[in-house]
Amino acid sequence: MRDFLLRIQNLCLGFQTEAGYLRVLDNVSLDLTPGETLGLVGESGCGKSVTAQSILRLLPCPPSRVEEGHIWFDDKDILKLSQSELQDLRGNRIGMIFQEPMTSLNPTMTIGNQLAEPLRLHRKAGAGEARAAALDVLKRVGIGNAEQRLNQYPHELSGGLRQRVMIAMALICSPQMLIADEPTTALDVTIQAQILDLLRTLQKELGISILLITHDLGVVAETCHRVAVMYAGRIVETGTAVQVLTDPQHPYTRGLLAASPRYAKKGERMPAIAGQVPPPGKRGQGCPFAERCPLVMDICATMPPLQGDEHKAACWATKT
Amino acid sequence: MIGYLAGRLSASFLILVGVTIVTFGLTFLIPADPVAMIAGRTSTPQVREQIRVQLGLDQPLPVQYIAYVTRLAQGDLGRSYARKSDVGPLIASRLPPTLLLMLGAIIAELMIGIPAGLYAASRRGKTADKAAMIASFVSISTPQFVLGLSLIYVFAYLLPWAPLGGYGTFSHLVLPALTLGLAGGGWYSRMMRSSMIEVLQQDYIRTARAKGMPEWRVLLRHGMRNAILPIVAMIGLDVGIFMSGVVVVENVFGWPGIGQLMWQAIQSLDIPIIMGVTLVAAVFIVLGNLLADMIAPLIDPRIRLR
Ligand SMILES: Nc1ncnc2c1ncn2[C@@H]1O[C@H](COP(=O)(O)OP(=O)(O)OP(=O)(O)O)[C@@H](O)[C@H]1O
Ligand SMILES: [Mg+2]
Repeated sequence: MRDFLLRIQNLCLGFQTEAGYLRVLDNVSLDLTPGETLGLVGESGCGKSVTAQSILRLLPCPPSRVEEGHIWFDDKDILKLSQSELQDLRGNRIGMIFQEPMTSLNPTMTIGNQLAEPLRLHRKAGAGEARAAALDVLKRVGIGNAEQRLNQYPHELSGGLRQRVMIAMALICSPQMLIADEPTTALDVTIQAQILDLLRTLQKELGISILLITHDLGVVAETCHRVAVMYAGRIVETGTAVQVLTDPQHPYTRGLLAASPRYAKKGERMPAIAGQVPPPGKRGQGCPFAERCPLVMDICATMPPLQGDEHKAACWATKT
Repeated sequence: MIGYLAGRLSASFLILVGVTIVTFGLTFLIPADPVAMIAGRTSTPQVREQIRVQLGLDQPLPVQYIAYVTRLAQGDLGRSYARKSDVGPLIASRLPPTLLLMLGAIIAELMIGIPAGLYAASRRGKTADKAAMIASFVSISTPQFVLGLSLIYVFAYLLPWAPLGGYGTFSHLVLPALTLGLAGGGWYSRMMRSSMIEVLQQDYIRTARAKGMPEWRVLLRHGMRNAILPIVAMIGLDVGIFMSGVVVVENVFGWPGIGQLMWQAIQSLDIPIIMGVTLVAAVFIVLGNLLADMIAPLIDPRIRLR
């Protein structure tokens, strides 16, 4: 039995929309041990960001609603915390960085002031102390001219720098866990590599747990200990990075690998899996991947359970 | 910055030149013969002709205009027909009460509009939001003289908390400032509400929440700072909007400012005063706009003066 830092159990969550209630996450279970990096992969729209934001309860409700499930963090169910307990967790024990570095910083406040905020909130730090810590953390995330950056505004910084600032801000209170929602998607390739390098280094140095959301399997191979593959709001395969990448069980995972420039065998690379993720509300009773699946069978009209020991998959075609 | 300022000032100057053409035109638009006004009804044609020449009214229009602008440039706004005194000092003595009234009205509308808008935005769609928006609608659509008289009736007559009118102490200021500022407060509460609702959907608000900031601090520290920008831009324009309001409010409350002066001048067709007050009002509107543009970059660093 591993000891978990974060454990999501059977999370079902949806949104109230004009078209009625739509379930977006269906029985999502994930776990993360101390010091581990878990990759969460899947195509656009399959619910990765919603999962990430539900951990810190950042989704406005309404319209969002948790139907059932638990999010255990250090033996407490986050979903049952009071507002003040939740605020004590956010930014203090769990840091988060977002998919949109360009718009995630407040345009009317200096970098220094924004960086200092978590410390002032959680540690009741004074201005001088907060500034020293801000300088320190900026250096740690590899930002030169830290002194000068503190007085700059977000619009004076490039996207890569802004994402570094976001990382610095998430780390300034030395959290136990970092949620990184596609931290590199909005950045260009060379910057992407730098940011991922930084995350790896920080993970090793600080020993924090990272939930790394990405749609790039190459990133998973380089950065993650374990992986969860998500499709249409469900976890369809999970295991160690080696297991999932070298011996994929779910046809969706195989499709993703075949479409990935790094894993496709020579000459066999497919541009992408044909078809699209069914949107919430258009998902039936059966396996959501059935309509795109090369191995589809009659039984796929009923939902396959996620089964297996360490390496699990939710597919009728693979009996592990 | 300095280049920007120079550009704005010269544009303002051109606007003011345009205004002088309009005020100059007033002399001919207003159906009153200045000569008759000065000379009185019982004067002889000879006296009238003499005054006409004295005033330069026998000259061609361009010459008259140049003479008018030249006098303006020397700070001479002309001489009142009815009051037999110079317009410049007259306006100068009436200006401080009006500025005080406007300042009071701006403070009143901000103190009403910003909290009401913030509150409505934070309760979007709920009863409190709807009630606040109905109240703002009522405040916007109430005519100022009705509002002023109602306030006097309730707060100066029924509950004698404030004086009926006049000028002098802070308590004299409260009701007129409220009357002048309430409609603006209604506008501001709507602007603040919609601007805040938009800001609350921005990613940086989510970031602030993810830091563990209490919701009220997210609203005030990260939300308000950004949401207030369009309102700051409006404060300067208010000076212009208030210029017509002060005429009504000053008369309802017996407030000795340029609005009252203007009203009396209109009744006695005292053209030099009408021209002078119009010009001064225009200067204030232009300055107000300039001020609004200068304040914006102090709040939003993305706006650079160029
Ligand atoms: N506020 C909302 N109201 C209704 N539906 C929503 C809302 N937010 C997200 N969704 C739906 O939830 C689903 C999952 O969205 P999510 O943003 O988690 O996708 P993602 O996996 O992060 O994709 P991407 O790679 O594009 O970031 C989408 O189908 C989306 O339409
Ligand atoms: Mg996403």
